[in-house]
Amino acid sequence: MVSLLNAARPPVFCPGCSHERITQTLDKTFHAMNLDGNRIVMVSDIGCSGLFDTFFNTHALHGLHGRALTYAAGLKLARPELTVVVTMGDGGQGIGGAHLLAACRRNLDMTLLVLNNFNFGMTGGQYSATTPPDAEVGSGFLNRLERPLDVCSVARAAGAAYVVRCSTYRSDIADVIRKAVEFKGFSVVDIWGICPGRFSKRNRLTTKGIEEMLSRLTPFEGEVAENQRRKFGTHYRELAAAQKPVPPPPAVIAQFDPVSAERQEVILLGSAGQRIITAGEMLCLAGLHAGLNATQKNDYDITVLRGPSISEMILSPQAIDYTGISQPSVVIALGPEGVARRKKMFAGLDETCTVIQAVGVDIPACRARIHRVDLKGQGFKGTDWALASLGVLAQLGLVMRPQMLEAAIAARLKGDSQAGALEVVRKVKPGESI
Amino acid sequence: MALSLMEGNEAIARGAVAAGCRFFAGYPITPATTILNHMLAMLPPLGGVCIQGEDEIASIGFCLGASMAGMKVMTATSGPGISLYSEQISFAIGGEIPIVIVDIQRLGPSTGSATRGADGDVQFLQWGNSGGMPVIVLAPADVEDCFKLTVQAFNLAELYRCPVFIASNKEIAMTRVSVDPDRLKAETVIDRAAPEPGREFLPFQTNSGEQVPAFLPIGGGTLVRQTSSTHGPDGYLTTDPAEITRQLARMQAKITNAEDRLAIVEHDSVGAADTLVVTYGVTSRAALAAARGLRASGTPVSLLVLKTLWPVPETAIRQAALSARRVLVVEMNRGQYVREVERILPGKTVQFCGQMDGRLIAPDTIREAVLHG
Repeated sequence: MVSLLNAARPPVFCPGCSHERITQTLDKTFHAMNLDGNRIVMVSDIGCSGLFDTFFNTHALHGLHGRALTYAAGLKLARPELTVVVTMGDGGQGIGGAHLLAACRRNLDMTLLVLNNFNFGMTGGQYSATTPPDAEVGSGFLNRLERPLDVCSVARAAGAAYVVRCSTYRSDIADVIRKAVEFKGFSVVDIWGICPGRFSKRNRLTTKGIEEMLSRLTPFEGEVAENQRRKFGTHYRELAAAQKPVPPPPAVIAQFDPVSAERQEVILLGSAGQRIITAGEMLCLAGLHAGLNATQKNDYDITVLRGPSISEMILSPQAIDYTGISQPSVVIALGPEGVARRKKMFAGLDETCTVIQAVGVDIPACRARIHRVDLKGQGFKGTDWALASLGVLAQLGLVMRPQMLEAAIAARLKGDSQAGALEVVRKVKPGESI
Repeated sequence: MALSLMEGNEAIARGAVAAGCRFFAGYPITPATTILNHMLAMLPPLGGVCIQGEDEIASIGFCLGASMAGMKVMTATSGPGISLYSEQISFAIGGEIPIVIVDIQRLGPSTGSATRGADGDVQFLQWGNSGGMPVIVLAPADVEDCFKLTVQAFNLAELYRCPVFIASNKEIAMTRVSVDPDRLKAETVIDRAAPEPGREFLPFQTNSGEQVPAFLPIGGGTLVRQTSSTHGPDGYLTTDPAEITRQLARMQAKITNAEDRLAIVEHDSVGAADTLVVTYGVTSRAALAAARGLRASGTPVSLLVLKTLWPVPETAIRQAALSARRVLVVEMNRGQYVREVERILPGKTVQFCGQMDGRLIAPDTIREAVLHG
């Protein structure tokens, strides 16, 4: 088997750069693994480590600073059979920190080589996430203020199953990289080396010095016992295979005559937790059962269990263009937050509009017909008020009839919830007009 | 006829699956989240992949990787997420990576209002890439459009090897409407073209007279290179100004030269109309209601609804504006697309009617602008 190094594009690193040694080593790794170039993808980002993809006759993807792991994840998920090797510098590791954490947690079967030379070589030797505080770099005094990141400890804490910290100049480096690539899961190799163009111009750093620095840190030599687990890809495919297919959208065939040939607009004004949105959907489904077009536009705050909840429905025999409501036929006032949010609307209501007002919910003065229902007094829970108010509408013959509503409930709900909902809309007493 | 109740986001997800999308990655954000929910329900049982990224940058990054591996991919977000996508969008343009990017616009600027609609990103989508290259942006007006334009977006992404945006709006995305499910069918599904057999493959090489390079996936038998750096046909770095110009001119021309082919518009013309209303997105529905009312009360008005926003359908706009004395551009922002209409209609009276306060523009507002603007 021949070398996978690209003879037309030899490495262009500064003389003495540790990256050159890793380039040669990686080729030996691929050779030892007996891999063809088209079984491998090299993924790189920005900086000197980002040149790696050009040196090999393999598939290659070179992208944005710190984002190499994101492309690698997409490639691996799409083509699980590929050997995916990512090169990043300490710069890319810093800017892409969130992706490193996520990759460790995820455990896709791929390898990250962090070519760690303690500075941004390409842009002028600025400090990176791994620069020692006592180093002289191109960022003035700033590196003295920050603590360097221990990539391997972070990777272990984030769940990496295989972590190695080593010197570029280790005699068995080819073996170290090969084992990392062969590992079934996410492997991180933090490889320390010398940047002769920038870092070692101003800082005395030798191969021996790197060994000494490494000897003072917790060693990482491969499998992290507590993080051994299944690979993400195989686990994903197993869980995915157990998911049920999504059926086509349920369709409703008209069974009833509509109450009115006019466009009818209904607003439900309530509070979060009152199941306003579900009731709105039910009203639309009731319309569909009478062959009407329907729209439901909701208005709520981002809080889930607090604040206003408003649903605006339009039922119409004609196609509905504008989905906003200007002249509601019915306003249902169930909660003070919803009423407060739309309080300006009440002044514009006239006698063609009916307001269904739950006892205990104040509404601004208006000219609409008021129909009052004591839902609390009838013993309904707050979560059933919206549904009960639909029962009132249907019994009054406003917008829909009881059989339309019951058909909607039967279409939307199953089992006990269907029986419970039917009981609510049948049991509710329609209250009285004021 | 049977009807289903469906929101725009579900229609986008169903359209994507019908177009052959089998990879989706996204990060939760209102009002785009329900696309992620629907894709998560639909893709895994089909053997596809749906992933929630650690952030928006990762989500679109996963998609770019999977697209280069040959899959049809989509991601969805809202304005704050588009901001984070920006660098990756530039990569998709420069690397000619097919991807559909859905922007469910919400009220900005910044995090703005998560549950309020707007069309405030329409210039941002075009110009939010470094290098200022043209993109394709489609704007649905309703749920049926959400399905059909998503299918179209995939076809265009595959045909032109580029990102294609769906510029939707909370008001379409999360408003449920009745639709005839039989109308939600993908009529044509296009796949990216492979090179002719027997020819040497270079990842960014085009045949003479063509502007879109053939595609081979990373991971196949033939080696493929992809790069975010300035490159020649071989996908390696180049500093040759002539080569750079050739590549960028081609990349620009493949979109701008296709303007007429890409233009999707609906022109509702009334012969005697003094005013042409130009609009897009959910606002076009209010404009339709306004136009109907105006016509009934004796004021003829013409309507041009743009479903392709970028590249600007200049020919269609010029054609529609020919007989109008004035053009009224109605949009749910503080004046964005009106700039394009002004640019291509010099000498014509172009007026703007806009609103960006979390509410839909009402038909009455448009009616007033037509009558008294």
